[in-house]
Amino acid sequence: MRKLVTSVLAGIGLTLACGTSVYAQEKSLTIFWAEWDPANYLQELGNEYEKETGVKITVETTPWSDFQTKAFTEFNAKGSAYDLVVGDSQWLGAASEGGHYVDLTDFVKENKVLDKMAPATVKFYSEYPGNSGKYWSIPAEGDAVGWSYRKDWFEDPKEMSAFKAKYGYDLAVPKTFKELTDIAEFFNRPDQNRYGIAIYTQNQYDGLAMGFENALFSYGADLGDFSTYKVDGIINSDKAIAAAENYRKLFGFTPPGWTNAFFVENNQAITESLAAISMNYFAFFPSLLNESTNPHAKNTGFFANPAGPDGDQFAALGGQGISVVSYSNNKEEAIKFLQWFIKDDTQKKWAALGGYTCNKAVLESAEFQNATPYNKAFYDTMFKVKDFWAVPEYAELLQQLNQRVYPYIVNGDGTAKEMLDALAADWDGTFKKYGRGQ
Amino acid sequence: MITTLDSSSRAASRGLSDISIRNLFIIPTIVFLIVFNIFPLIYSLGYSFTDFRASTNAPANFVGLKNYRELLNDPYIWNNFAVTAKYVIVSVLGQVVVGFGTAMLLNRDIPLKGLITTLLLLPMMLSMAVVGLFWKLLYDPSWGVINWVLDLGKFQWLGDPKMALYAVAITDIWMWSPFVMLLSLAGLSAVPKHLYEAAAIDRAGTLYTFFRITLPLVAPILMIAVIFRTMEAFKTFDLAYVLSTQPSTEVISIRLYKMAFQEWQTGRSCALAYIVLIMVLAITNIYVKYLNKVKER
Repeated sequence: MRKLVTSVLAGIGLTLACGTSVYAQEKSLTIFWAEWDPANYLQELGNEYEKETGVKITVETTPWSDFQTKAFTEFNAKGSAYDLVVGDSQWLGAASEGGHYVDLTDFVKENKVLDKMAPATVKFYSEYPGNSGKYWSIPAEGDAVGWSYRKDWFEDPKEMSAFKAKYGYDLAVPKTFKELTDIAEFFNRPDQNRYGIAIYTQNQYDGLAMGFENALFSYGADLGDFSTYKVDGIINSDKAIAAAENYRKLFGFTPPGWTNAFFVENNQAITESLAAISMNYFAFFPSLLNESTNPHAKNTGFFANPAGPDGDQFAALGGQGISVVSYSNNKEEAIKFLQWFIKDDTQKKWAALGGYTCNKAVLESAEFQNATPYNKAFYDTMFKVKDFWAVPEYAELLQQLNQRVYPYIVNGDGTAKEMLDALAADWDGTFKKYGRGQ
Repeated sequence: MITTLDSSSRAASRGLSDISIRNLFIIPTIVFLIVFNIFPLIYSLGYSFTDFRASTNAPANFVGLKNYRELLNDPYIWNNFAVTAKYVIVSVLGQVVVGFGTAMLLNRDIPLKGLITTLLLLPMMLSMAVVGLFWKLLYDPSWGVINWVLDLGKFQWLGDPKMALYAVAITDIWMWSPFVMLLSLAGLSAVPKHLYEAAAIDRAGTLYTFFRITLPLVAPILMIAVIFRTMEAFKTFDLAYVLSTQPSTEVISIRLYKMAFQEWQTGRSCALAYIVLIMVLAITNIYVKYLNKVKER
């Protein structure tokens, strides 16, 4: 018996000793992100980093629906499971004020990140509070809401002549929201199981908000004043009302039951020949060019969010920046990874793998813009993007927007003015509750 | 059989008394309950009186009854409660009618009775999220089977704000009627046969027999099924969350989840959880009192 116990203890001791020595030799970093293709590209890029430095990179992912909850649960527990996180731009306020992100202001200045990256991406992915000069992340995956469309439907001579006869101008990629609406109306043929347009309507997180913002920003309206937190007279301005009315009109040309639609459904609208035009993040466009996932890949085209009635042209910002988690035990290694990540060569590799770089030089290169049919539209968009509130209580603001906008757009309740006046009052109350703009 | 604690038992002779063995089994369970149930319950009660937000490093400030006052004055929260109440009534009523009806049909000698009963139990063995995704496809207005079978064209089950809650309830009825059926079947099989024979001799009609013999004798076990299903329906989250995003289907658990884990209003969500807990306890108490009355009859 004594021999047995001694052997078992010796075995355990040996295992622990071996484990410890291996652990001590191996340097590694864990990056947390949502479960989607760009995370796989980042893993591939991380493998390159491992080859160069010997530091193992593991990209850990979770489904989008759990992403925010899981990340903040780990932050709140001050857990060191993740060294870096590729977090949503809206998280900046909550994560920086909560002490979860490492302040990267000095890093940004020393490494000239402001010169290297597209200005809008640094502003929205990295800086908080707005215009403060304090930075909490490095732009990693640039993204915005763009559009895909069925080229074969647009280029069909019969459709083209019928469109011209009805609307008085040529059927082509829409340059304005009016043209977009006309085209959606033109192709909306429920009797043929063919519909005009697919837009975001999901109100569980930021789907509906992103879709609505695409109209709002191009109509020249805004969510509010980001420095004073004034919202009344801005989110319910005449331009905002017109944008909401147009978005509701577009909803009338969506396929039946389009009441819970986000990126999956909107890509399906194209792959299943349900709609002529579909809104989606650029990051989801690669699968539309893949013939195994889209039988109409050869006939799918892409364009940037069109301009509003006054010529304003903006798009809702998606994408994420990469931040160092305050509770990481490998902060120095994480910073070294970021220094490698922002190099022009690395950014080129990142773009070649399929990641949406925010690097100005890469974005402006003809090589990048001609690499895919949507890269030019992406480039055009990334220099004219706007984002949602990034304050710590952004989720409450988002919830209030969903509660007000969804019934109006999807269920047709009330008027745009009533809806936006109520939203302005809700947001004003929330900002007062947290002592902002007082 | 009554077991007594005998200090002169074999265990005691080895050095462990029966009381020690009893404690050995019971204490870990009690410790587990205290650590994972009672302690968080009391801790969250404390948080419900603060403005604590788990997403920040800011300390929790005592705000008294502010969270409770604001929640009880929030029309959105009352709307969530109204949605939940409507859902509970439709869903539980549907499950009782379908479940008890199916049990009545099965409570007789029919071929393959065991196989049919087992097959009918399958829905409740599935995961709620899987059922939700599966029914979402069935309800789809463009390619869903339901509209095709019922020849309803492009009828919008989940897209229509007035219909969406009923669609979620129908799915819940499909999933949980077998549970009511199972309990009802147990109750029905326990009804003494001689009562039916006596009723037949007295030439009692089918309805008379049902209302005077079957229902009163099955009522206690049916009430237990209703209690369980009401509590579950009141807490429904996954099915409604997966199936629909209509405000008309936002039951109180979904609102609570969003408040706690999306908006990180920790103190406020603790207060809401306590309001829900009190409501569930009150409803259960009413049921239990009614159950006792039914048993006394």
